[in-house]
Amino acid sequence: MSKPAKQVHLAAHFPGVNNTTVWSDPRAGSHIDFSSFAYLARTAERAKFDFLFLAEGLRLREQNGKIYDLDVVGRPDTFTVLAALAAVTDRLGLAGTINSTFNEPYEVARQFATLDHLSAGRAAWNVVTSWDAFTGENFRRGGFLPQDQRYERAKTFLRTAWELFDSWQGGEILADRDSGMFLAEADVGRFAHHDTHFEIAGRFNVPRSPQGGPVIFQAGDSDEGREFAASSADAIFSGHSTLEAGKAFYADVKGRLARHGRSPDQLLILPAATFVLADTDAEARDLAHEVRLQQVSGATAIAFLEQLWNRDLSGYDPDGPLPEIDPDPGEHTIARGRASVRMHRDPFATANEWRAKAAAGNLSIRELIIEVTGRQSFIGSPATIATTINEFVQADASDGFILVPHITPGGLDEFADTVVPILQERGVFRAEYQGSTLRQHLGLAPRAAGRRRAVARAAS
Amino acid sequence: MPTPGLPVHIAVALEGAGWHPAAWREPGARPAELFAARYWAGLAGEAERGLLDFVTFEDSLSLQSADPAGPDERTDQVRGRLDAVLTAARVAPLTRNIGLIPAVTVTHTEPFHISKAIATLDYVSTGRAGLRVQVSARRDEAAHFGRRSFPRVRPGDPAAARLARDLFDEAADYVEVTRRLWDSWEDDAEIREVATGRFIDRDKLHYVDFERRWFSVKGPSITPRPPQGQPVVTALAHGSEAYRLVGRVTDLGYVTPRDARHAHDIVTEIRDAQAAAGRAAETVHVFGDLLVFLDRDAVTAAARKARLDERAGAEHASDALAFTGTPPQLADLLQDWQRAGLSGFRLRPAAIPHDLTQITRGLVPELQQRGAFRRAYEAATLRGLLGLPRPANRYALA
Repeated sequence: MSKPAKQVHLAAHFPGVNNTTVWSDPRAGSHIDFSSFAYLARTAERAKFDFLFLAEGLRLREQNGKIYDLDVVGRPDTFTVLAALAAVTDRLGLAGTINSTFNEPYEVARQFATLDHLSAGRAAWNVVTSWDAFTGENFRRGGFLPQDQRYERAKTFLRTAWELFDSWQGGEILADRDSGMFLAEADVGRFAHHDTHFEIAGRFNVPRSPQGGPVIFQAGDSDEGREFAASSADAIFSGHSTLEAGKAFYADVKGRLARHGRSPDQLLILPAATFVLADTDAEARDLAHEVRLQQVSGATAIAFLEQLWNRDLSGYDPDGPLPEIDPDPGEHTIARGRASVRMHRDPFATANEWRAKAAAGNLSIRELIIEVTGRQSFIGSPATIATTINEFVQADASDGFILVPHITPGGLDEFADTVVPILQERGVFRAEYQGSTLRQHLGLAPRAAGRRRAVARAAS
Repeated sequence: MPTPGLPVHIAVALEGAGWHPAAWREPGARPAELFAARYWAGLAGEAERGLLDFVTFEDSLSLQSADPAGPDERTDQVRGRLDAVLTAARVAPLTRNIGLIPAVTVTHTEPFHISKAIATLDYVSTGRAGLRVQVSARRDEAAHFGRRSFPRVRPGDPAAARLARDLFDEAADYVEVTRRLWDSWEDDAEIREVATGRFIDRDKLHYVDFERRWFSVKGPSITPRPPQGQPVVTALAHGSEAYRLVGRVTDLGYVTPRDARHAHDIVTEIRDAQAAAGRAAETVHVFGDLLVFLDRDAVTAAARKARLDERAGAEHASDALAFTGTPPQLADLLQDWQRAGLSGFRLRPAAIPHDLTQITRGLVPELQQRGAFRRAYEAATLRGLLGLPRPANRYALA
């Protein structure tokens, strides 16, 4: 009997607040009404997707000291909307991005354990760090974390959260009416954690949830990020959308697992991917260019340029050439609250690359930005896209993709109707959910109940 | 003062298997399902069939305990709970008209997070959200966060009074900044103006610039203005500091009078606090909290309470008056206390589902016959059900 082909994993990202989202399209719906979230979730579920994914942003983005108004602005609270989505879905995983800086472990652990209970085992946590004082202005403790401590804080936050999740091993609740024993033992939920970041102890008040805790996602591309994922995550939400870069990343990250006592199937690589579908590949290419024009207006192009140049460029014509002047060195201040600006590690080199590219192709600012800020990952007919996705997965360039539609909430409909059936026919994507928890969809073994720690009772 | 026959508001306080500690052992109880969504969806559905104004969801940042100062070692009572905001959100899409009010501990949470969470609850329920703000002086809860600590105080100490004042002052600030964050987006901030490429009119978003003793918050919220404009802010009040909080900053206070006279005195104190805060023209509801043991006849009700107390090992002590009797007898008391100045009641069912269904299928029809309760939901939002207008945005007036 031949081994079944490696299975593809698919997820849906509710896009919202990036320029990926084309809000000007007449088909674009609300980015805040619950009906939009429910619609996308139901589409993903009827297509048998593994999960729905939400990003996070805790301060409205600004540029040049003003709130950024070109993209979608406004989003719901992640935990609250995922809990509501648990009511309109049955199998779909519910993955939320929650940062480890402007939160406390006891509260976050309660919320994820609760979400896992209320969804019967479908919760996932994309652990991210944020450290900036800009976002910190919304919180009691302000922007207190030095940038180089962000991974340490995230690691210890996650470790502490697991101590809370594991403080109930399961089986504590007897609910035995006859004997009168609600609990099997008195000392439930006991925990203590003491380090430079967290000095907390006591009793956790949420019983062990169906998965034992949320599935853990992480999104680091740096060496430290890859190590963090290899040691602590179930899935890594980042990756590279070319085949060769994808294979290199995959091999590198999976290659780190053995050192942590883990096997390759215990960490899934699931990059985000955008797509443009049409009846034929040629039509899709044309449509893709149209979408890029919609995503990158002249104003958006100038804004992207400013994010690299770190200075006001509002005097430049988006249909004209790139600036001759160099980027402004020093602390990045033009754009605040945006993760992508931190990716420009060497602004001078990047500016030179962009100038060279523009010169070579005789590209205007707008055309250049369209070129360098991410073409769609998959462009083509349903068969082409299905084939490409499958090739990536079979070639070990990823374990699947988190798809980001550019029209909300209906932008996944056509993919669900035309691409998914092809993958199902080829036997590389599920035709029905086999399991009911997200861990089961991702092929992850159940998480063992934590070992009971000999926790000394803190003197109160 | 409301005249009898005028409509009264009825809410139910949902808590585990019921408010009596032995309720989980009752024949109809479902103690093994307390952490399952279907349990809470079922209770909310029953409450909605009874046309109740809203349900509240209890919560805390520590295990339930028979000891008010910290955890106990009991195994014979319900221990463990789900986060109330998420439970409310989970049942929101499965209900249409009933209000949903989770409890939130303001002492250890971020107002920025809670304001967007309740705003989102308002979105997922299309305008039926509220919150019950509570404070915590418990040393064990503070130790779960490690950010602040509280002194050991005995009731009656001057230190206890100072601590209560500080906690309630902080709660008042928390409500103020939460309300500002709800208003930080004007209703028409989202413009989707294709010609100028602007999704929002940034002039309709406002920094809240709140800087006070316990926290500072810049804003705006990341979440647009909730459908109700301002979700309903409520608080449970047992004494002067809390009555002041109710009068100063909430839309609704739950109080625990011993009798009609006491109810009247509490309402007076709250109205005074309301006036002192310049809110005399606003509606601030005062609801009476009652723990209810309801049956078809008073003897059965009393016997059930006695059995529950015996099972628990002691007569159950509550901050709220315990009513034992029939739905018509309860209706008599409610109307009597309504004449004393209360506009509604939050009933705590001693046993769930028994006392909940006694309320929805016994008390409600009784009140309807007296012309004192709705026969159909008359408004689509919780503010609407409570007769609270949708407020203008404070920043839009500027």
